[in-house]
Amino acid sequence: MLKRLFMMLALALIALMFYDIAGNYSERSELTGISEHYASQGADELGAANLVASVVITYRGLDTLGEVTVLFISAAGASLLLRRRREDAAKEKQREYAESSEIVRTTLSILFPVILLFGVYIFINGHLTPGGGFQGGAVIASAILFFMLARPNESLSHMMLMRIESLSGFTYVMLGLLGVFLAGGFLDNRVLPTGEFGSLFSAGLIPLINILIGLKVGSELGSLLQKFKE
Amino acid sequence: MAISSIVLITGFLLILIGLWAMFVHKNIIRMIIGFSIIDTGIHMVMVALGYITGGTAPIFTDTITVANSSGNIVDPVPSALVLTAIVIGLGVTAIMLSYAVRIYQAKHSLSIDDCAEQKW
Repeated sequence: MLKRLFMMLALALIALMFYDIAGNYSERSELTGISEHYASQGADELGAANLVASVVITYRGLDTLGEVTVLFISAAGASLLLRRRREDAAKEKQREYAESSEIVRTTLSILFPVILLFGVYIFINGHLTPGGGFQGGAVIASAILFFMLARPNESLSHMMLMRIESLSGFTYVMLGLLGVFLAGGFLDNRVLPTGEFGSLFSAGLIPLINILIGLKVGSELGSLLQKFKE
Repeated sequence: MAISSIVLITGFLLILIGLWAMFVHKNIIRMIIGFSIIDTGIHMVMVALGYITGGTAPIFTDTITVANSSGNIVDPVPSALVLTAIVIGLGVTAIMLSYAVRIYQAKHSLSIDDCAEQKW
């Protein structure tokens, strides 16, 4: 009973804090500080139409590298925690999942390439439209999840997912290092010419890095899902 | 009431609901769901704080040009931060779920009361 009382008290205090913040909040009508600089200079400096992409990939590129690393570590940690002992693994081999219905299987064969293509579209156009590597990667992972639901007895090759993932991570860091020698610093996107504003081949390295992040996130989430299924 | 205040208050309410779920429930999976709700609430609060009155997505087009951008687009920095936070939240949730699987394998129960070794 006392515990419940303390809990209510804690929640009430947090609610009071939030009430104060929400009460004093008033909407801004203009950008301020660093965002103002990004909005006025970002397009000229980096040549990307999507400002969020230029912030994520170039201005705060180091954070994104850290984020990709966190995702990698969490995937590695999950596979460490979910590993099986050898005798369990042998038993698992014989386990058969129930076949999914014909509707799901037919839909898979129609929709699977379309979903993959949509994911690729999202990350290739990340510097022009709302989207980017992480979103496209999530769409690709949803295609992998769909595959697992429709054909539960087939499994994707772990080795292939791991190779795609480590290759794209490695290339990402190498492209970042190129910026140190050919442009302003680590992860600078002006290694390649910024090109015509608003066209597909513009914004220097941003589309390339988006593609790499998309592949990396897609394969990482795919292997996480596979681990949870097993 | 402005749009962003509604989003802000909804975000705060979600944080409170998630904390409530983490306090009340004994089942580990429900605690993880509570964590996810807190996570979503924090994202909503951050996006609301970045809203500019009448602003649209920070993407330059024919109508939104560099010259008139300052009052017409939302703040790109919180959006980028939320993009990062969503991915980190996903990674943390995956780790928590795999711990839950391990605890279930070891104790054959998902109740937090059965993990008494670390209790103070």
